[in-house]
Amino acid sequence: MPIPDNLVEISNMSFLHENGKTVFQDVDMVIPRGKITAIMGPSGTGKTTLLRIIGGQLSPSAGKVMVEGQPIHALSHQKLYELRKRMGMLFQQGGLFTHLNVYENVAFPLREHTELSESMIRTLVLMKLQMVGLRGAIGLMPNELSGGMARRVALARAIALDPQLIMYDEPFTGQDPISMGVLVKLVKTLNTSLNLTTIIVSHDVEETMQIADYVYVIVDKKVVGHGTPESIYRDSSKDLQQFIQGLPDGPVPFHYPAKSLAHDFLQGVNA
Amino acid sequence: MIDNLAVTGRWGIEQLRQIGKAGIMLGRVLFYPPQVRKGFPLLIQQVYSEGVLSLIIIIVSSLFIGMVLALQGYHTLAKFGASQELGPLVALSIVRELGPVVTAILFAGRAGSAVTAEIGLMKATEQLSSMEMMAVDPIRRVISPRFWGGCISMPLLTIIFNATAIYGAYLVGVKWLGVDAGIFWSNMQSSVEFHADVVNGILKSVVFGIAVTWIAVFQGYTAEPTSAGIANATTRTVVYGSLAVLGLDFVLTAMMIGDW
Repeated sequence: MPIPDNLVEISNMSFLHENGKTVFQDVDMVIPRGKITAIMGPSGTGKTTLLRIIGGQLSPSAGKVMVEGQPIHALSHQKLYELRKRMGMLFQQGGLFTHLNVYENVAFPLREHTELSESMIRTLVLMKLQMVGLRGAIGLMPNELSGGMARRVALARAIALDPQLIMYDEPFTGQDPISMGVLVKLVKTLNTSLNLTTIIVSHDVEETMQIADYVYVIVDKKVVGHGTPESIYRDSSKDLQQFIQGLPDGPVPFHYPAKSLAHDFLQGVNA
Repeated sequence: MIDNLAVTGRWGIEQLRQIGKAGIMLGRVLFYPPQVRKGFPLLIQQVYSEGVLSLIIIIVSSLFIGMVLALQGYHTLAKFGASQELGPLVALSIVRELGPVVTAILFAGRAGSAVTAEIGLMKATEQLSSMEMMAVDPIRRVISPRFWGGCISMPLLTIIFNATAIYGAYLVGVKWLGVDAGIFWSNMQSSVEFHADVVNGILKSVVFGIAVTWIAVFQGYTAEPTSAGIANATTRTVVYGSLAVLGLDFVLTAMMIGDW
């Protein structure tokens, strides 16, 4: 199905890690504007690397990554930073500045990129914190926050400059059911109320499928399936079904590649 | 044999890559136009945490170094009946060599390691990455103020080290061992030249300041983002920093000796 207006277009993209390992091989992907697109796959398939490539922190070894119609890996330092002002990213650990309190953390991008008065900054910070339900935590330091709260503060910071694109790196990992529910609801609400284009990288199938408009599944360097959540559930390919149903063995093997059992058990310790 | 050569070659290329990366980082720090309004408070903050917070260790060490130097010097000079030369001996040793070198080594241990650990931890906890994604350049916001803060702090700490060490020598030489105060100070004044001794010593400390903080920020910025990686980076800052100071000291002394 052709999607008319895409914020991010990735074509024939390959990425080779510094250690020589191929992470992606000829990946094609489009992220439609204003929708929630989920990128899913088992741990270690390079989902975070993909977000870093879209954010211009890493360059692909081959292929093209276009963000807002610009090839992000070929932009000058200045243009890249201009583009990033319109992007927000929520890192897995939050990435809050540990020497600043919640208020200063959320105010950070506003202070860096705008000339707003202190009272205006305060109003904006309070609005963003209100959206994530943490207006009361304004004076706390990051080490006083729980994991879920820290992610919500980081989310408030990521949307401080009202970006067009927001990327979430494993937002639901390690959350208790309540925090998880709160985060799922927040991602959805922010997407609809701010008309954001959202990319979620996750391996939490159920939560992500609930809110995603379109899903890509990456297994072993390649996109093995994409479509709406319903079509992904219905897809009969082994790659997809192993991941969706959480089967321990399948195209992604349970055993890490090794020599034969006999070889490992019967040889001496020094062999 | 070929394997060994290949390993050595790989190691050599890796070292050259690191030097190249460190050079690029220094270039970015030096050639960015400074942001006075936003950068100045950050710089002051770093001068405080790298300079002011190092004062205790610098003052206490320099006091004892001056006292020991006077004690040792007095006993040796007294054998030749030259104990009135204690002032020049102490002042020249401290101002020319001990002041800049010991300050730089203590600075690498106290402030350099702290800078590396802080930047390394910011990297490990994704603070640097999130800064990048907020379109704030970490080189400008984090690395640059720490680099300049160290470069400014080092010569100031050296001046304080020199003054305190000479005072320590005065306490031992004059107050305890009984060297005449007038002779102590006047001999010192007539032997120590402002340009050749004091200024050259400060010049050394400027070079050491650049070397140590450059090493510290680079090690932090390129640290592997794990606990072991940060521990290794911190150790490397102290070891490389101290070795760089001692090596550069020889080169600088050889270059300056023509003036003496």
